[in-house]
Amino acid sequence: MEKFGTLEVKTGLAEMLKGGVIMDVTTPEQAKIAENAGAVSVMALERVPADIRAQGGVARMTDPAIIEKIIESVSIPVMAKVRIGHYVEAQILEALGIDFIDESEVLTPADETYHINKWKFTVPFVCGAINLGEALRRIGEGAAMIRTKGEAGTGNVVEAVRHMRAIHDGIARLAALPEEELMTEAKNLGAPYELVTMVARDKKLPVVNFSAGGIATPADAALMMQLGADGVFVGSGIFKSEDPAKRAHAIVQAVTHYNDPDIIAQVSKGLGHAMPGLEISEIGEVNLLQFRGN
Amino acid sequence: MIIGVLALQGAFREHIHMIKKCDAGAVEIRLPAQLDNIDGLIIPGGESTTISKLMMEYDFLDRLKSFAVSGRPIFGTCAGAILLADKVGGKKQDLLNLIDIDVKRNAYGPQVYSREAEITVEFPEPEIFRAVFIRAPIIDSIGSHVIPLALYNNTYVMVRQDNILVSTFHPELTEDSRIHQYFLRMINHKQQITWKQNEFLRVQKI
Repeated sequence: MEKFGTLEVKTGLAEMLKGGVIMDVTTPEQAKIAENAGAVSVMALERVPADIRAQGGVARMTDPAIIEKIIESVSIPVMAKVRIGHYVEAQILEALGIDFIDESEVLTPADETYHINKWKFTVPFVCGAINLGEALRRIGEGAAMIRTKGEAGTGNVVEAVRHMRAIHDGIARLAALPEEELMTEAKNLGAPYELVTMVARDKKLPVVNFSAGGIATPADAALMMQLGADGVFVGSGIFKSEDPAKRAHAIVQAVTHYNDPDIIAQVSKGLGHAMPGLEISEIGEVNLLQFRGN
Repeated sequence: MIIGVLALQGAFREHIHMIKKCDAGAVEIRLPAQLDNIDGLIIPGGESTTISKLMMEYDFLDRLKSFAVSGRPIFGTCAGAILLADKVGGKKQDLLNLIDIDVKRNAYGPQVYSREAEITVEFPEPEIFRAVFIRAPIIDSIGSHVIPLALYNNTYVMVRQDNILVSTFHPELTEDSRIHQYFLRMINHKQQITWKQNEFLRVQKI
């Protein structure tokens, strides 16, 4: 009579996170700062994306001891990342009692061809996408939540904007197509036909879609919300800034009141330096994280 | 009839969808002044810590208390139930204290223990309802003026005290609008409390 890990139970948690900010943290102290600032969830990491980018090497799942300490330190749900295709890392996180798994391009992919079969897990997954086809493939594999990838660790919102627009343009296009064209469009998108027809009918993704990768200011966060994000992930943007607690608090306010410029102006005052940003063209295409897994 | 849905964070769009499905009007509430023109309020599920911080930041507490005193109904689901509760974990909250219950936050454990379950809701006629529990709280105890409306695993999961209704599960996540219709009848003063059912459920709980 009781059912665990059903689609509704998985997507339901994502629904509860809507209108909220999910923050990357590397210590229990940072997790407390995030929770006190009003984060709806924290992402437990060993290194934030900006450091992964700077230090290089293989980026893996975080040490379970760190994850456990972070879980103990807060009452809000805790997420953690696994490498694309690394289902054993996912099994470990599920065993640790993590609330949400991010199969993430920010870590070094473990499988260059296949993602995790997320239907096999009770714990829900969030996956990155840069366009509608990629989002629907991940949902087809069982993702209960999508986030646009942006370009993590850059503090540059331009890729987040590009990906959010790409997904919404893709949805608008599907909604305008006559029914007989949907199968061919499914082929072109590389997406399951059933999901393509569902999106064409509902004019929205069947799961929650957050924005990630490059959000550094309250204005960035409100921009992504106005562009149609259900909420935002802020990675390096908070704990690589001058005053993390104040900035975290301001970004939370900006996401709730994203349509109220007076409030966004008020909370944007005197936050200290944002994280130093990176120009995308200076990174070089081979170093872009967004093209990992597709 | 216009229902406000507190839209600081969480699943407010789903509640709006359900209210519209019941042929009533629904508006998002982000600032206290917007409470003036509504007939009832829903506090949705979401993260209770986040919503409580935003409620305090924008001076919602006194306005919500006087809203309740005016007799207009409030319905809290999951996080909304926590925010309305008098006590959390045995400790009196410094918040709304609008319903005499003691809740335990996230009482089922991590997300893998979130679940769907069939429960019986006293509408007041008993009917089966598919309830979705997401990192749900448990109502540990209820005051003498609180009426139990549903039980699950020997704990109360939906209770009412006068014009305040709470559920620890999420009726907005299914397409079943019976609980929202119950709330709308509370606003019309057409949903009376039946003390017989109340006694029945109190006896059922061991």
